[in-house]
Amino acid sequence: MIKAILIFNNHGKPRLIRFYQYFAEDMQQQIIRETFHLVSKRDDNVCNFLEGGSLIGGSDYKLIYRHYATLYFVFCVDSSESELGILDLIQVFVETLDKCFENVCELDLIFHMDKVHYILQEVVMGGMVLETNMNEIVAQVEVQNRMEKSELCNQN
Amino acid sequence: MSPSVPLQEMIRAIRSARTQCEERGVIQRECAAIRAQFRQADNGGRSHNLAKLLYVHMLGYPAHFGQMECVRMIASPRYSEKRVGYLGAMMLLDEKQDASLLITNSIKNDLSNSNQYIQSLALCTLACMGSAEMCRDLAPEIDRLLRASNSYIKKKAALCAVHIVRKVHDLGELFTKAALNSSCCEYYFQFISYCFWFSFTVPDLVQIMKGLVISGYSPDHDVAGISDPFLQVRILRLLRILGRNNEAASDAMNDLLAQVATNTDSTKTVGNAVLYETVLTVLDIKSESGLRVLAVNILGRFLLNNDRNIRYIAMTSLQKIVGTDHNAVQRHRGTIVDCLKDQDASVKRRALELSLALVSASNIRSMMKELLSFLSSCPPELRSQTASGIFNAAERYAPSQRWHIDTILHVLTTAGGDVRDETVPNLIQLITNTSELHCYTVHKLYRALLSDISQQPLVQVACWCIGEYGDLLLTGECQETEPVQVTEDYVLDVLETVLQSHMSSPSTRGFALTATMKLSTRIRSIVSIYGSCIDVELQQRAVEYNALFKKYDHMRAAVLERMPVIEKNSQGHTNGETIKESQTVKVKPGEPQQPANQVQDLLDLLGGLEPTPITPGLTFTYTHNELQKQETGRDF
Repeated sequence: MIKAILIFNNHGKPRLIRFYQYFAEDMQQQIIRETFHLVSKRDDNVCNFLEGGSLIGGSDYKLIYRHYATLYFVFCVDSSESELGILDLIQVFVETLDKCFENVCELDLIFHMDKVHYILQEVVMGGMVLETNMNEIVAQVEVQNRMEKSELCNQN
Repeated sequence: MSPSVPLQEMIRAIRSARTQCEERGVIQRECAAIRAQFRQADNGGRSHNLAKLLYVHMLGYPAHFGQMECVRMIASPRYSEKRVGYLGAMMLLDEKQDASLLITNSIKNDLSNSNQYIQSLALCTLACMGSAEMCRDLAPEIDRLLRASNSYIKKKAALCAVHIVRKVHDLGELFTKAALNSSCCEYYFQFISYCFWFSFTVPDLVQIMKGLVISGYSPDHDVAGISDPFLQVRILRLLRILGRNNEAASDAMNDLLAQVATNTDSTKTVGNAVLYETVLTVLDIKSESGLRVLAVNILGRFLLNNDRNIRYIAMTSLQKIVGTDHNAVQRHRGTIVDCLKDQDASVKRRALELSLALVSASNIRSMMKELLSFLSSCPPELRSQTASGIFNAAERYAPSQRWHIDTILHVLTTAGGDVRDETVPNLIQLITNTSELHCYTVHKLYRALLSDISQQPLVQVACWCIGEYGDLLLTGECQETEPVQVTEDYVLDVLETVLQSHMSSPSTRGFALTATMKLSTRIRSIVSIYGSCIDVELQQRAVEYNALFKKYDHMRAAVLERMPVIEKNSQGHTNGETIKESQTVKVKPGEPQQPANQVQDLLDLLGGLEPTPITPGLTFTYTHNELQKQETGRDF
């Protein structure tokens, strides 16, 4: 099960946070800070799996992360998830974002935080992987965006 | 992009704030505006406000006042508002809040909505934050949706069902009937694992899996040449759960697993993921031994892979089987020990755990060399684990006592600050048990103490040993290590340094103090040995010193004080009847007990003799009537 998905930049500012288990607000911020602290110390050519992170809960949990340009994508998972599978999933998610936003960059994530959440909802649901086919995800997201837009047009 | 424009303006305003204080000010103003707007009746910009609030929440500011707004927006008929409302519910509400119960009804209505996307919103929210009561209420709805024909909804309903079963275990049976009826939807697999009577579906799964591996290049599901790896991985995982303690099921899967293991292309990451899953399954079920060997060989291949990720997961898996398939893992010992030198901290940690598990009686010496060199260069967070691992291994497999003591001493000098507290008593017990090595041990410890007194456990053990076996140190002979010129002074100096150093903890000081006291009796026992020596001179001195310990203990301190500076005198002053002395001394015979300050004068009386250290060379007694006699009788 995926416990949390965090996206933050090279300075630790959160760009998207999603917890699939309840944590109080200050706990969430603390987890973000601790995760950033652990992940930012890592070299670029070491492996993408990290242990340690005592706040997010115990020895069963690992941090699987990928660093793209200015952003860190961190998935906090437990031992029931395959590490290599999650790495692939991060790649799929980023490619999906790329398709939805056309050459996605950090600013897109900043200014369209809600859209990123909707895309993420199609990939991971309730802490479990829902869909891994990029085209399928993009198609569903497009339909939903169109629905919203048409509703607004009707309203106006 | 019109719905988000106000959100973007706010984000721009927040980002343009140059200091933390300015940012807080901007956010507080925005929150106040949002709160005011929430209080108003229905207005067009509700979704924008909630979106803004969620952004602020992500930055870490309080946003609980938006909870009721979420509830209201979920109930709204408009899709855009529902969307933001559900997102807000997932971020701001959780099962502990009372407001979460209020949305149960809305979710129920939305689950029966004709629009599949509204249904999916409801399912998503329920899967994320549904409490046990909500799950119980809505389980029948989810069951209905599982039987729906729409695959999009079926998938989501299946995952939602997993969440429900996790929260309320009894509802598992409700869903399994729906699961059995449908075919080839991989997401049922997860919650099937909660129900235990599925061995008859193993052949079905094997069939599906075979289809994926052998036939079929399906472009939709293909990733880098391997057909639908995610499904393969899922099926393998389910096979693992089903075959875990089940002989029959394991037999049915053996062929398939062998086929997957040999046919999957391992040059790409995707192939490696499938192979990894296969290996885990083989190791977990009751597979035949040939298959297990194949699995361990695959892991061995992974260990040699250039990609650090692959090496990491290989070591994680080997860790799980090192208890049962010890010999198979031993074959890869060389590679694992090499990984200790890798730069990556995660890989190092895994390699350390695996190396400690692989230590055995036959390879203890070489492994210990590697582990000790690792200890000197390892990152600080791994130090105490390494040290305790080394101790355990040394205890179990030490080839000789001396090697054992050497190893422990090496660890104490390298990482003394990171060992556990019980190491010191354990080591002391070990030393007491090896009586033939006392001399060697005390010499080594003394040398270590001379070089470095900052490592507390080492200092404690060294002080203890010097206290117990200080006599061996002084005799200076030891076959196994070069003798070192040690006199009592040096030993006492070292102990005194330990006592006075600010680096010593109170318990270390305790050790040093006890050692010092013990030395005094050891020295005394040396002295008493000479009480029966053939040489009369030595004998006399020994007996007199012993008397000093016994009867005149109160005077011992003063008597054994350092000699005062000796003044050069033109005449010989062997008699002691010099001008200086006759002035200071008023010796009254018949006063056997002299208080300490007058003993000082005694010293002066006798002090006109050549200065020597407090070792045999100067004899004087305390029977005062003999005092003068002794002086005059002595001729230096």
